[in-house]
Amino acid sequence: MIVFLLYVVIFVVAFFLVTKVIAKATTRDFTSLKTVTFGDESAVRPNRAASVISILTLFLLWGMFTGSNLLPKFLHAPGPFEGLATFEYTAEAPGQGSDTATVSVMVHPIDQSVDAPQVDPGEGWAKNDSATVGVWRSGLIRVDSNDEIGRDEGAEVVAVNGQPISPGGEVITEFGRIGMSPKGTLNFEPKKGWQMEPIWLPAPEAVVARVVEIASEGFRGSTLWEHLGYSLFRVIVGFLCGAIVGIPLGYAMGLSDWFRGWFDPIVEFMRPVPPLALIPLVIIWAGIGEVGKIILLFLAALWIMAIAARSGVSGVRISKVHAAYSLGASKWQIMRYVIIPNSLPDIFTGARVAMGVCWGTVVAAELVAAEKGAGMMIMVASKFQNTDIVIMGIILIGIIGFGIDMLMRWAERLLVPWKGKG
Amino acid sequence: MSGLAIDNISMRFDLPNGTSVQALKNVSLDLKAGELMSVLGPSGCGKTTLLNIVAGFLAPTDGRIVLNGHDVKGPDAERGMVFQQGALFEWMSVRENVGFGPSMKGMAKAEKDKIVNHLLDVVGLGAFKEKAVYELSGGMQQRVALARCLANDPDVILMDEPLGALDALTREKMQSLVLKLWKETGKTIILITHSVEEALLLGERLLVMAPRPGRIHKEYRLPFAELGVNQDLREVKKHPEFAVKREEILGMIWDMEEEIMGRTEASA
Repeated sequence: MIVFLLYVVIFVVAFFLVTKVIAKATTRDFTSLKTVTFGDESAVRPNRAASVISILTLFLLWGMFTGSNLLPKFLHAPGPFEGLATFEYTAEAPGQGSDTATVSVMVHPIDQSVDAPQVDPGEGWAKNDSATVGVWRSGLIRVDSNDEIGRDEGAEVVAVNGQPISPGGEVITEFGRIGMSPKGTLNFEPKKGWQMEPIWLPAPEAVVARVVEIASEGFRGSTLWEHLGYSLFRVIVGFLCGAIVGIPLGYAMGLSDWFRGWFDPIVEFMRPVPPLALIPLVIIWAGIGEVGKIILLFLAALWIMAIAARSGVSGVRISKVHAAYSLGASKWQIMRYVIIPNSLPDIFTGARVAMGVCWGTVVAAELVAAEKGAGMMIMVASKFQNTDIVIMGIILIGIIGFGIDMLMRWAERLLVPWKGKG
Repeated sequence: MSGLAIDNISMRFDLPNGTSVQALKNVSLDLKAGELMSVLGPSGCGKTTLLNIVAGFLAPTDGRIVLNGHDVKGPDAERGMVFQQGALFEWMSVRENVGFGPSMKGMAKAEKDKIVNHLLDVVGLGAFKEKAVYELSGGMQQRVALARCLANDPDVILMDEPLGALDALTREKMQSLVLKLWKETGKTIILITHSVEEALLLGERLLVMAPRPGRIHKEYRLPFAELGVNQDLREVKKHPEFAVKREEILGMIWDMEEEIMGRTEASA
């Protein structure tokens, strides 16, 4: 909630700063002079400053709530309590009246072990106690264990820091929350602050360090590049197989009633089946090795490519075909010089979609079962609570998926510049 | 026998709902080689259907087309077609578009280049050979379409509203170009148009068609195309006869349109 509010605040502040203050200094071009700002969505362009601030904001929030060293300390969200916490308890025993003693708790980082502080037992029948608790953890403290009159003799704790407490109740102190179990044992939970524990969300620098470590030392016997390379290799081989079969199939469906009728039910049925649903069947049939993965990706790409090629053929304008006929072209020449080039833009669009789907599918398939690959890496890491590796994996998967799309767009501009110009 | 004979053509389209539409009924027409005929008529009179039959894209339900003594059986390079727009191959450069017909015939490159260069100069696009067609304006694209059609040296050129999508100024320039090409090449041309002025200016013969069923309503022989070859088209329009004919034909088409409207209202 706090994170969301902060996010909104940064959004609004950045919006006003950039649009009202900085934009005044920039050049006014044709688009910025358009008077209609609503209803003319074609004039909407992404504000690059907003994109940069958006990404920086995400990293800023990430750093703030993980206590990142990359950020100056004053930007950190309040961290968990660490150090020596003390509180007093008051115990009552039948016939002995009440007595008060102090408990000192050393709250320590969870990856260190410390000794409990030395304390003087103090006066009275209730003696001072000491204990240790890890940051973000909680600990039961048997305050009566060293008292002259313990729980077994009928003593019970009735107040903490002067505030009454009973089994099931709690008292909040400046160091954290003290609860009481049904049997009367005190449970100390030091303040957690607003920062995330590293096992939920590690700091950015921890993730970067992990990238460096895995890039140089590898993970589970393979380097980072091998894991990513395997995933990419599967995608490319699976996609190529799908395209090699799917494009001719789509052409046949676009050109012949019989092929259209024969394959329509199959294609239309298989298209809405998410490739992920095929994973179990492919594993049963082909195992978890490369063959299984490639069959799965082949199936993921096949229908998309077939449909793209089919719509590319069906979408040819009849006047273009007529023009070619009246210029003396034969059927094969029309196929070669009119129908195929006319369908290429559609095929490229299909290829972009298919590559995206394949990348998603390969990661999912590797999550289920694989020996190498980006998905396997994050799956195994999650089993060991290595959240930093999981986050690293997700970011790398995102970057590669984005890169694939960029590459396809670039190829599209280069190879089918006439797209959408017919 | 040289020339194009449209011999008693009828065309009926059977619709999926069981009814049928008589698009053309007993249309007969003779064109001598080198004649330029424009075809006018309200929408639905079967102009485009007639053109598609002559081109060989449609087989008539009755009748036949005879060109230079042989029956027309299907599309062929002897009958070139110019479409309204969007029939250029946008994946080819201007030069490749114009050279498409010769390439399909397997003509040698040197000979093809000569034809292409010549035609692009004729239509005034000599400087745009290597451009992509989508980089050209609408008028320039239609020049490419004309050149592409001429590159095949067809006997008959069929034009389906070739200038319909152009702005008024470009259209006037293109009308002059069509007349110039007609005179220089001596091709037989059938030109469909929606504009009465264009039909009068470009039609050595002018055919007015009537709808339901599509048939020939009236035919004119006009002097304006000959005049327009050597004269500014705006001068031709000032010809006293021009205004008279324009009003006469406009009135004719208006009457037909009103009749159609009345009939649809009555049936509704």
